[in-house]
Parts: sequence; C-alpha cells; structure tokens
Amino acid sequence: MSHEKKETDTVLKLENLTMQFGGVIAVDNVSLEVGKGEILSLIGPNGAGKTTAFNMVTGVYAPTNGAIYYKGEKIVQNTPQGRMKKLYQGENADLYAGKRVIAPTPDKITKLGIARTFQNIRLFKSQTVFENILIAKHMRRTSNLFTATFRLNAKEEAQMRQESEELLRIMELEDVRDELATSLPYGKQRHLEIARALATKPELLLLDEPAAGMNPQETLELTQFIGRIRGEFGLTIFMIEHHMDLVMEISDRIHVLDFGKSIAEGKPDEVRNDPRVIEAYLGGAQDE
Amino acid sequence: MNKKNKLIWNVSLIVALLVLLFVLEQVMPSGSMLFTVLKKGAIYALVAVSMNLLNGFTGLFSLGQAGFMLLGAYTYAILTIPPESRASVYQYYDGGIIQFAIPVPLALIAGGLIAAGFAFLIGLPVLRLKSDYLAIATLGFAEIIRAVFQWDKLGPLTNGSNLLRSFPTFQSVLYPFIVSGICIALIVMLINSTYGRAFKAIRDDEIAAEAMGINLAHHKRLAFVISSFFAGVSGGLLAMYQTTIQASMFKSAMTYEILLIVVIGGIGSVTGSCISSFLFIACSEWWLRFLDNENFYIGSFHVPLLRAGFRKVVFAVVIMAMVLFYRQGIMGTKEFSVEALQNLFRKIFLRKSVKKAGDTHES
Repeated sequence: MSHEKKETDTVLKLENLTMQFGGVIAVDNVSLEVGKGEILSLIGPNGAGKTTAFNMVTGVYAPTNGAIYYKGEKIVQNTPQGRMKKLYQGENADLYAGKRVIAPTPDKITKLGIARTFQNIRLFKSQTVFENILIAKHMRRTSNLFTATFRLNAKEEAQMRQESEELLRIMELEDVRDELATSLPYGKQRHLEIARALATKPELLLLDEPAAGMNPQETLELTQFIGRIRGEFGLTIFMIEHHMDLVMEISDRIHVLDFGKSIAEGKPDEVRNDPRVIEAYLGGAQDE
Repeated sequence: MNKKNKLIWNVSLIVALLVLLFVLEQVMPSGSMLFTVLKKGAIYALVAVSMNLLNGFTGLFSLGQAGFMLLGAYTYAILTIPPESRASVYQYYDGGIIQFAIPVPLALIAGGLIAAGFAFLIGLPVLRLKSDYLAIATLGFAEIIRAVFQWDKLGPLTNGSNLLRSFPTFQSVLYPFIVSGICIALIVMLINSTYGRAFKAIRDDEIAAEAMGINLAHHKRLAFVISSFFAGVSGGLLAMYQTTIQASMFKSAMTYEILLIVVIGGIGSVTGSCISSFLFIACSEWWLRFLDNENFYIGSFHVPLLRAGFRKVVFAVVIMAMVLFYRQGIMGTKEFSVEALQNLFRKIFLRKSVKKAGDTHES
C-alpha cells in the first residue's frame, strides 16, 4: 500500500489539460498537482486561461482533451470529439482516444468535496446571510422531498441550522446574520462567499481572485483569513490571484500560465526570479 | 411571538374564515355573486400559487398552466361521470370506453397525477431551455394538448369537441376552499423546506446554485412536476365549479389571466397570489359588471361609452396601469402574516405616540 501513499497525498491533479474554443486554445496542455494541505496559486497575465482552467476543474466546461484526478480518482476525462477532431490544434490528440468520457456537472464535483468561489461575487441576492449559508447545506441532505415537506427531517434541519450558525460565528458574520447578502460591504461579501463554499464541507477550496477589487487593508485581512481557514478546516487551497503581495505571502507553490501554457512552477522565491515569468508577467510589477 | 402562539393564531384565523363562509352560505341567497367570486377565486388562488411556485420561486418562466389544468379537468370528468349517464354524455361515441366511476377526491388526485406525469415527460426536453424559450415551449405544449383533446379519434375517451357533463360538482363554497387550502398549505410547507430554499437559490443564481451542489436538472424537474400536479388538481376543481367542460375553454388567455394574478399579487408571494386572485375574479366577474350595462344612470345622467364588453377595456387599462406603475404587485415578495400585521399596527401606533411626544416637546 505504501507506493499508493503518494497518490493520496495529491489532492488534485490536472493531466495534459487542453481547452479549445473554436480555433482558440485557451488552455494548452497544462499539467499540475496540488498536494494535501497546500496553497497553490495560479497566476498569469489577463487572458492566460486561469479561469478556464478553474471552470474545467469545477465542471462548468468539459475540457477538449485531458484528464483531472481528485484524490487519485479520475473525475474528468475527455478527448477531441465530433467537429473538434479536425479542428483540434493541441497536443496529445490521441492520448485519451477511445477512453471513457467523464464530464460531470458542477454539482457532482461539489459533492466530491471541491467547493469554489467566483471572480465576480455570486451570492443569492434575495436571501439573507444566514440563508445563503443554509442553502449550501442542502447538498449533504439525507431527506427526500416527502420527508422535507412534512418536516420528518426536523432533526437534520435543526442540525443544518446549527452548523450554519456555527459557521457564521467562525467567519465573524454573526452580526449581519439577518441582513440581505447584497447589502453587505464588498469585503464581507467575499467572506460570505467563502463561508458558503465551506458550508458544503469541502476538502479542496478553489478561490477565483478572492482579492479582486479590494484595497490593501482588505487584502491583508483576506491573506490572514485564508491562512486561518486553511488550518481550521484542514483545507487544500487552489487559487487564482493577481495581487502579488497576497500570492507571494501565502502560497506554498505558484504555477504560472501564459497564453494557456505553463511557463513556470515553484516556490514563490523561485517563481519571482524566473526570467520567463519576469518577462511574461512580473516584469512590470518589479519596475515599481 | 413564539411558534406556538403563531400556530394558534393561524389555526383560529382559518377556523374563523371557514365559520364565516358557512354562516354566509346560510344567510345569503345562494345565487349571490359573492359565492361565484369566492368559489372561482379559491380555485384560481390554487393555480396561481402553483404557477408562483414555478415562476416566482424557482424562476422558471412557464406558460403551460392552462394545459395542465385541462389535463386535470378532463381526468377528473372522465373518471367521475356515473356509468348510467355515460350513454347520454358520449352519445356520439357509443357511451365511451370507460364504464366506471371513482370517488371525487381520488379523481382530483388522479387529475393532478396525470398532469404531473405529462409535466415530467414534457420537462425532459423543455427544461433545458431558459426564460422566454421555456415560456414559448410550454405555451406550445398547452395549445397542442388542447387541440389533441378535441381530436375526434380520441372521442371515446375525451368526447371529442363535445361537452363533458353530469359529473359530480360541489354545492357548498366550503369545498373548493378546503381543497385549495390544503393544497396551498402543502406548497407553502414545500417552499419553507430545504427544497424550497434550493428552488430560491436556483432563481437567484443558477450558476452559484449548481456550484453549491444543487442538481439543476433534478430540482427544476421537481418544481415543474409539483407545480403541474397542483394545476391539475385546480383543473379538476374548475370542472366541478363549471359543471361542464370543453377543451376549448382552456385557451392561452386563461394562462395569461393566471399570470396576471401572479404578477398583481407579487411574484414570489403566496399570500399575494391568493389575495390578488380573489380581487381579480371579483373585478372581472362582479364589480366591473355595471360597465357592460348600456343603460346605466347616475341620477338622471346617462353614463356614456358603456356597452357590452366595455368592462374588458377598463379592466385592461387597470392592469396596464398596475404593471406600469406598481410593478412589485400587492405584496412584492413579502408574505401576509399575523406577525407582520401586528408589527404594522405597532409601527403605526408607535409612530403616532412618538409624534405626540415630539409635539409636546416643541410646545
């Protein structure tokens, strides 16, 4: 069994992942691994394919080619099909040919224990802070339509509520419990979105630009916040971020994309000094 | 107010309402317009709430309600016509193919189940569509169903384009109230359950809901099937109220009426749908009737313009004004409750007393 240990230590593994929209290759043969308990940041200039990579992991898009593993189990796999067979310009065109196509919907991915937040905050607008979190508890229900309607699941319902209250307390959102989610200040909305993702009890958390639109003070708070929840919830975090302060401070490793291709990977210091990365992305930032 | 108190309040309100209806029925002449409004209003309240479950709470814009009501009404009628009257009802089709009758409550439920079954089948392809496209597809379905039921090859079952009649009807106004009440209570319980929360999440943001582990296809289908079930039950009730039915009754105009009730009541408010359904029926059947009377005098003044059908013109204008200037509807997304009423009174009362206090300070 010991030789399999390495496999389970890797929480998420992308393998030869390619996404082609029409004639445009958005993500080009990207492979990476996220280890247990690690924070891996995915960085790159605008249009480098970071969000597309995220959307493939979360089931929003099925990749054109490649496979994704979660805790050693294959969860996504595809090979160019139909019209794409002729159009495909990426690599490894035949690597997955003839293998089973696996393309789960986002809810199935979430059920496996992978939760996410969005680049542009997507809260349930007409619901309160508490209800936003409570909704995320729906997924782990054991009740069916009948038992839920006739309140035969009262015990479970009470537990869902209690867990949501608990989460509110941990996330320091208690004081705004009954306010509409959209009435919160921007930074708190981010917190709430992360809290809602945590309510699905994930092991892997995907954060899509969590610090977008935040000022330096809020970014600093978020940095500490992410570090704190990783410890408290035993999370593995895979995130996209533009704020270099945040990325360099918090990441265990950084993976850099440019025009859909992986150009570097390593510890923050290594990536910071990688000439290719400087050329593609950090050059401007270092001039400051 | 605690939970127990609330329950007592609600139960006593419902009992009071039923007693009031019972007394009214004993006191008033049975031909009174009030009863027409109450009966039809109760039936429309149910179908409006069922439409609200879909359009208001799940965010699926469907216009198939009339089609599902038709299925419920026909199922009810076909299953309850007594065997001895079948020969005269199905006079062109040798008495039809069904030669038995089942009890009324069972037939109502059967009507709901048939509507739900059709909804399930239609939902498989149609629920992949969004907003307007879904509306058009469901509207098309309702129209097709109406045409199919008038097809004379199906005559032995549906009596073709002829009337279905002689099935049991209700005498007391309490009957539609109780049946609708139970159904609406079920819908409310569903909306307040974890499934209802999932429906609202889908309405607010589909992508986020899916990312939170809510299976979109499954939950949309659930909402669609449940909504259609209750539309079917209300169709059965409508058949009882009308005493005769015919497929040509269930035009798309009927769906629009229900949609209007939902919009006027407030999209996403159950009590709003109920209140507006009674108002709507009262206006269209009763309060605006005088507009159709050509010889209407106030004192000795002959009111001009009035003639048969003018009621509908005024009604249309009222509705347009409503939609233009009062888009939230009567209730918005709020619900009527004893608690809210209490708060309202308290607010008015407190504001007055605060004002008084302010006045005395100034003087």
